Amino acid sequence: MSGRELQRIDRRSFLKGGSLGATGLLIGFYLPALQQAHAADSVTPNSAAPGGRVTLNAWIHVSPDDTVTIFIDKSEMGQSILTGLAMIAADELECDWQKVRTEFAPADKVYFNPQFGAQGTGASTATRTSWEPLRKAGAAARLMLVQAAAQKWGAEVSECRTEKGTILHAKTGRRSTYGSVAEAAGKLPVPQEIPLKDPRDFRIIGKPTRRLDTPDKVSGRTQFGIDVRRENMLYAVVARCPVFGGKVASFDAGRAKAIPGVRHVLQISSGVAVVADDTWTAMEARRALDVKWDEGPNAGATSETIRKLFAERASHPGHVARKDGDPETQIERAARKIEAVYEVPFLAHATMEPQNCTADVTAARCDVWAPTQNQTNAQKTAADITGLDLSKVFVHTTFLGGGFGRRFESDYVSDAVEVSKAVGKPVKVTWSREDDIQHDFYRTASYARFTAGLDAEGWPTVWMNRIACPSIMARFGPLKDNFDSRSVEICDAVPYAVPNILVDYQLADAGIPIGFWRSVGASQNGFFLESFIDEIAAEGNKDPYELRRRLLRNSPRHLRVLETAAEKAGWGVPAPGRFRGIAVVSSYFGYVAQVVEISVDRSKRSLIVHRVVCALDCGRAVNPSSIDAQVKSSVVYALTAALHGEITIDHGRVQQSNFHDYQMLRIADMPVVDVHIIPSELAPTGTGEFAVPPVAPALCNAIFAATGRRIRRLPIRPEDLA
Amino acid sequence: MPIEFTLNAKPQRLNVAPNMPLLWVLRDILGMTGTKFGCGMALCGACTVHINGEAARSCVTPVSSVAGKQVVTIEGLSEDRSHPVQQAWIELDVPQCGYCQSGQIMSAAALLVKNPQPSDAEIDDAMRGNICRCGTYHRIRLAIHRAARLKEPRAESAKAGLGGGELLPTAEFAAQGGGK
Repeated sequence: MSGRELQRIDRRSFLKGGSLGATGLLIGFYLPALQQAHAADSVTPNSAAPGGRVTLNAWIHVSPDDTVTIFIDKSEMGQSILTGLAMIAADELECDWQKVRTEFAPADKVYFNPQFGAQGTGASTATRTSWEPLRKAGAAARLMLVQAAAQKWGAEVSECRTEKGTILHAKTGRRSTYGSVAEAAGKLPVPQEIPLKDPRDFRIIGKPTRRLDTPDKVSGRTQFGIDVRRENMLYAVVARCPVFGGKVASFDAGRAKAIPGVRHVLQISSGVAVVADDTWTAMEARRALDVKWDEGPNAGATSETIRKLFAERASHPGHVARKDGDPETQIERAARKIEAVYEVPFLAHATMEPQNCTADVTAARCDVWAPTQNQTNAQKTAADITGLDLSKVFVHTTFLGGGFGRRFESDYVSDAVEVSKAVGKPVKVTWSREDDIQHDFYRTASYARFTAGLDAEGWPTVWMNRIACPSIMARFGPLKDNFDSRSVEICDAVPYAVPNILVDYQLADAGIPIGFWRSVGASQNGFFLESFIDEIAAEGNKDPYELRRRLLRNSPRHLRVLETAAEKAGWGVPAPGRFRGIAVVSSYFGYVAQVVEISVDRSKRSLIVHRVVCALDCGRAVNPSSIDAQVKSSVVYALTAALHGEITIDHGRVQQSNFHDYQMLRIADMPVVDVHIIPSELAPTGTGEFAVPPVAPALCNAIFAATGRRIRRLPIRPEDLA
Repeated sequence: MPIEFTLNAKPQRLNVAPNMPLLWVLRDILGMTGTKFGCGMALCGACTVHINGEAARSCVTPVSSVAGKQVVTIEGLSEDRSHPVQQAWIELDVPQCGYCQSGQIMSAAALLVKNPQPSDAEIDDAMRGNICRCGTYHRIRLAIHRAARLKEPRAESAKAGLGGGELLPTAEFAAQGGGK
């Protein structure tokens, strides 16, 4: 029997009980093999599985001591998904929240994200796609526990109710804890009908709730990827070609190997790995390496050549992403015409935890401990390198010290697996900050041209927008018609009631690796769109809020957040010395409007961001405390990019290297952020990204209000404030 | 020659390269991974520890320079999260990804020793060396003010955080600045 067949059979037993509904909920079975394998090797803090733990489904496990363990199949990178998913399941389960523990799920098909067809966390999908499956998982487990108690008592299920992890039979006054009937419940068949709670009965969902992972995070006990330690583990760093696409031509390891504590120097696919007894020795030895690089075709690239490429491409018509009305004809008939070009630079993710991975490759199996957002790809990467079957590759997801899309990649996984395979020991590969900044998959640079036509009253009648930039999706396969919808997202969904719209895209490959960065295409396109609508308002002599309001009159969810933000910010109420800008963006199924309030000292060419007022509609708010944190986090992330963020290229190399030249917003720069959540009964959406896109345009619109200067190129430069 | 110092109130005697930064001695040699690597250049504060009571960046501190000194790491700040800064961090649910928080907490604890009732401006000044990429700055400020009021380590409050995740009443959340 081949490994793959074995895996399939394991999976079939895992699926015992069948799946329910389109979302693939799996109910009712013991899972001893998988459970042991995971518990034995897990690095999650709560992994010490108490004996006799009963698996009620792929997410819910109940122990005789009433502890409920909820498997978290998404990566916790700060967004509080661990707590949010536990809240959703626990509310339906009606267990005692104090007895809830969590554990990260192993890589397995049962946990595939329906949006990706893979197990992964990103694109603000986790809460949205887990909402129904996890409610069902909790409700199904509850029903099985009630059935077990009812059988024991010879009572009807309908006569029993549950409260805080206890099943109560009112007629007889009998009660049983979940733990005492867990074993019997685990042997019951899968419920066919799973009634869900009336949302009015939610006890946990909707309440500001402290995170389950906070206590470990304030005591240094949380295990991030970089904290993994295995017996006999060696430590590695990798010297990579500074030019993207370059290769090792030759290297001399003599001086490096002479350093005490250095064990191996070897070539791997990403460069030259130095393996030592500790990280610092490996880093020191890397400095002593003499590597000759074949820099390849990108050695001449500069930010300026890339910019010229984008501008050239943008001078030709591209693939049409959207066309309403007859923009080409109507633009000629417009009373007034305005044109503008917007540009944004490449950006690094700069997660606080640099990239890292630990791998232990033997002939029989491969274990990977990774702070990954993409378990399926991590598993596949390791299987490809080792030649092992997927069923022999065990991905142990650790806590992530930030993700922001960077950890959707698996480059750090291949580093560790290649080195461990070569040296025959567990190996932890750690990237330095310089490695991290200079070898990222960057938020792409992009270039946008706009033309608008206005009527005699100053209302827009034509909106034309061309975007030229590289494509992320081109990395994963050939594009149809050289078109990538991610490159124009938000811009192709102009929400404003303008009768003639044309949005087109020109692919422009710059030779720089690009990837998913918090809010992806919306991070730059929100800036483009919401800045240019402000230009239209100024040209037509309209208040930018009132113009948006009128043009969004048929978009109620946009309108609600826009009006709320304006009202809470006191839009139109003079504040001496202060200036405001506004923006509204819908992305990732949510809606956010922001008003940024600033003051500018034009003589010093400096600005202070005083306050950011956010109104948001994310459907039902699962944990308002986490949403508050995510929105503030997004504001900081986006302000950092608008004020400081720029990766520049010279001689094919990234010129920035660490936090002195790739600067982060610091505590003293933190504005007041007011968060207003619009109450909603709709299913929840993710909130980790959608508050990023409006920040830069609202800020630049405020600067325009203060100075009359329109900022069309990020980051904001001192001369922009003169 | 072995290097001797006191780490979290216990004597240490180590045979390591004298120029190895304290950070890597803690993490790789001693297996104390609560202190984090962020930049290696004293730019981000993730590696902050106390050396003779002062906040210091362990990533640029050669281990030889702590000979004879008292070093305290996040693991030694308290055994049970009872330090007022840790209590306040739990009460206000400060961390997001949490990676920078050991350093934030060590910087905050050192600040409160010198200045038991810091103003916002004094907090900003003392904490500006600690980057948080998740942007927990607002809650950090609130939590430092809160810690300043929690004079003594109180086991009772610390215990409140052990189970983790208990619900905050909505009014309490609003009063502490949630939603603001």
